[in-house]
Amino acid sequence: MKTSPNQRPAPAGAGHSRAHLMFIALLIAAWVLWSGMFKPLLLGLGAFSCAVAGYIAVRMGYFDTRVFALRFNLRLLRFWAWLLKEIVKSSLEVARVVLARELRLSTRVVEVDTGRLSPVDQVVLGNSITLAPGTLTLAASDGRLLVHALTADGARAIEDGEMLRRVAAVHED
Amino acid sequence: MNAVLDVASWVLLTLGGISVLIGGIGALRLPDLFTRMHAASITDSIGAILVLTGIMLQAGLSLATIKLAAILLFLLLTSPTASNALAAAAMLAGNKPGIDTTGGKDDAQ
Repeated sequence: MKTSPNQRPAPAGAGHSRAHLMFIALLIAAWVLWSGMFKPLLLGLGAFSCAVAGYIAVRMGYFDTRVFALRFNLRLLRFWAWLLKEIVKSSLEVARVVLARELRLSTRVVEVDTGRLSPVDQVVLGNSITLAPGTLTLAASDGRLLVHALTADGARAIEDGEMLRRVAAVHED
Repeated sequence: MNAVLDVASWVLLTLGGISVLIGGIGALRLPDLFTRMHAASITDSIGAILVLTGIMLQAGLSLATIKLAAILLFLLLTSPTASNALAAAAMLAGNKPGIDTTGGKDDAQ
C-alpha cells in the first residue's frame, strides 16, 4: 500500500513557516493584482484582509496537512486539456438528450472506488465528474464516490475508470 | 487580425449563449431534480467556458483578461462543489435518484 505524499503531516519548523509565508504572499499578490490600486488606504485594507484570512486559515487547521498538495505542473495542464475535451463531448451528449423530440432517459447510479487516491485527488475526481455534464457526484465517503449518470453510456464511462486513472497520474512521482 | 479575433469571439459568445439556452430548456424539460442538475451543468461548465473565453478575446492582452481567467478558474472549481452540496442535501431530504425513468415524460414530482 503506497501512502500518498499528500497525507503526510507538514514538517514542523522551517517547512511549516514557509507554507505560511507562501500563503500570505499569494494572498497579497491576489489583492494587488485584483485591485490594481496603490493608495495607502487600499493597501492597508489589503494587509488587514490578508491577516484576517491567514488567521482564519490557521484556525481551520489549513496548515496541519500539506497545503500546496495541488502543485501546478505540466501534467495538471494536460489533465485540464483532457477534461475540457470530455466536457465538450459530454455537453453535446446531454444537449442531444435534452433536445430530442422524445425524452429517453436511462439514469444510473454507480459507485467508484477511490481508495487509492489521496483526499485531495478524491476531491479533484469528484469535482471533475460533476463538472462534466451528464455525470454528478452524489456523495463521497470512505473512499467511495456515488455517481449519478444521465445515460447508460455515461455510467459505463465512469465505471471504466479512465478519469480515475488520469487524476491518479497527475500526482504520480 | 482584429477582425479574426472579433469573429472568433462572436462565435464563442454565440455558442456559449446557445449552450446556456439548452441548459435552461433541459432544466425545465427533464423530469426530476438530478436529471435537471445534469442539464443545468451544461450552463455552468461549457456555457461559462465559451462565454468567458469569448469575452477574453474581446479584452485582449490586459489585466482584465487575467481577471476573467481567474473568474473562470474559480467558477470551474466552485460550481461542482455547490452542485455536490445540492445533490447531498437532496439525498438527505429523501429525494431518491430515479433510476428507472425511461421515457417518463410526465414523471415530474
